Amino acid sequence: MKATSVLYGFMAEFADPESLKECIRRAKAEGFRRIDAYTPFPVEGVSEELGLHRSVVPLIVLIGGLIGALTGALMQWYSSVVDYPLNIGGRPFNSWPSFVVITFELTILFAGLFGVLGMLAVNGLPKPHHPLFNEPHFDRVTQDRFFMCIEARDPRFDSRETWKFLESFSPEGLYAVQDQR
Amino acid sequence: MKEDLRETIYTPPLIGLGHDYRSLTEKISGIVLTRKTPLEWLALFGLGFIGTMMLMVALATLLVRGIGIWGVNIPIAWGFAIVNFVWWIGIGHAGTLISAILLLLHQAWRQSINRFAEAMTLFAVTCAGLFPLAHLGRPWFFYWLLPYPNTMGLWPQWRSPLVWDVFAVGTYFTISLVFWFIGLIPDLATMRDRAQNRFARAFYGILAMGWRGSARHWYNYESLYVLLAGLATPLVVSVHTVVSFDFTISILPGWHSTMFPPYFVAGAIYSGFAMVLTLAIPLRKLYHLEDLITARHIENMAKLMLATGVIVAYSYVIEAFISWYSANEYERFVVINRATGPYWILYWTLIATNLVVPQLLWSRRIRKDNLAVFLIALSVNVGMWLERFIIVVTSLHRDFLPSSWGMYYPTIWDWATYFGTIGLFVMLFFLFVRLLPMISIFEMKQIVEKPEVSVE
Repeated sequence: MKATSVLYGFMAEFADPESLKECIRRAKAEGFRRIDAYTPFPVEGVSEELGLHRSVVPLIVLIGGLIGALTGALMQWYSSVVDYPLNIGGRPFNSWPSFVVITFELTILFAGLFGVLGMLAVNGLPKPHHPLFNEPHFDRVTQDRFFMCIEARDPRFDSRETWKFLESFSPEGLYAVQDQR
Repeated sequence: MKEDLRETIYTPPLIGLGHDYRSLTEKISGIVLTRKTPLEWLALFGLGFIGTMMLMVALATLLVRGIGIWGVNIPIAWGFAIVNFVWWIGIGHAGTLISAILLLLHQAWRQSINRFAEAMTLFAVTCAGLFPLAHLGRPWFFYWLLPYPNTMGLWPQWRSPLVWDVFAVGTYFTISLVFWFIGLIPDLATMRDRAQNRFARAFYGILAMGWRGSARHWYNYESLYVLLAGLATPLVVSVHTVVSFDFTISILPGWHSTMFPPYFVAGAIYSGFAMVLTLAIPLRKLYHLEDLITARHIENMAKLMLATGVIVAYSYVIEAFISWYSANEYERFVVINRATGPYWILYWTLIATNLVVPQLLWSRRIRKDNLAVFLIALSVNVGMWLERFIIVVTSLHRDFLPSSWGMYYPTIWDWATYFGTIGLFVMLFFLFVRLLPMISIFEMKQIVEKPEVSVE
């Protein structure tokens, strides 16, 4: 370890989602706030235990969809009515039924792309490195193990008490994760 | 009463017995990372590669010598280019149906087939897109189809279904691509963590973008995944609807019909399931995936293929009935000419391959027989291609005036381009199988966790 490394947090490893959820529930009851779970797949109930409230992703998708719809409708209206009006047999310049398809497609396109970029931005991805990757056992988070980390910046964090607290769940592994700055 | 029923109806599990998180991870990622590449892979990839080279030659010749090397003429100005375009884009639809619509309907059996079905969608749309581009005549001006500020002061013609098609297919490809990639991110992280080789670690690591399975990330991720499925569902219906507008907005007998959009969408899903089965049955045998893509998956897909096939059959009947009921002599002529005119052989082959043969799937014994289902799927692939050929060519070859009548004969370059795209599709698909996990690892773990979800 380099001299500049600081403690990121204590991480416990579990073999099944139920033990993980139990640990989160107890940690919440103890008053820990800076906790996160790491799982190989979305485990039902973990977000409730962590007390995650509404995701902002749906709002981003809605905004993207509205921008897409406006882009499609206004672009076609502007080009057909203002910029390059063509009189075809006296039909109206703003022939909106013809514009529905492209407006619809752009709504979907913008909503989808906003959602994807928004989800990545909200999650802070791409993030090539994270302190948790310093722990070699963490590679099983994408395979078959369930992790929970109490971060050192939690006001309730105490290097002795918190370690003991996590130990009381008899996890498969308990790690002190270092953050190298 | 309900409890009794549940006991009497046996639903086979979606995953073979004895699988847990670790064995699933090892099995699916092992296909790419540790297991030896089967010789059959090399043979099929090689075939695809040869086809792709043929496509290159065909397209290069087209660029040098022009559209005249194809069999298209006046009155049959559309020919193979549009037939193949509609065929390929239809094939893609099953992938989106499996990944999006079955997700919204909580069909757990989609989990083991969605990844490669989505890949199939992407590659099919890629092949589809080549045809209208090549058919433009001057493909290097393809960007004229897009609204961009230009010195000519021109805009695309918003009232043209062909421009709608550009937007529909472009959106479809983009959304399918991001949907597929978002679904891949957690699995790419799995690959990153399992890869032994430095280069592989870096490759998957960059693509995984630092995914670490955080519960907060999963929370936003799942929210987006469902929303993308919700967006892709109307999108997939709109795409083939817009493709059918290419036909229906014209006033040609045989094309000008309000029935086309639903008829085309059903046909698209029908041909798509045929292609998914054509790929899934050999794939599960080649990679011994019988415990992940089970007999129940094959049977379910066969049932969906049959259901959409019946809608297509119904559409054929209604099309004939309406042309008689309309009392319009041109409409009636189209139907009679299809069955008895110069293309009668193709028409009756279409009826046999697309309507008659798939009825075998009513039998449970046949649905359980992999070889039979595979052959029926091949028959539907051929049938759906013939359907598009019949729609495009027979409506065009008899113009309103007999003096403008003509015939369409595909040239060797038509065939080279068509088979070339099949080669491109096969090559891309086998590259995908070799480089990425072809079954969604994290989604499979979700159904291992709670097997009771598998009750249909």
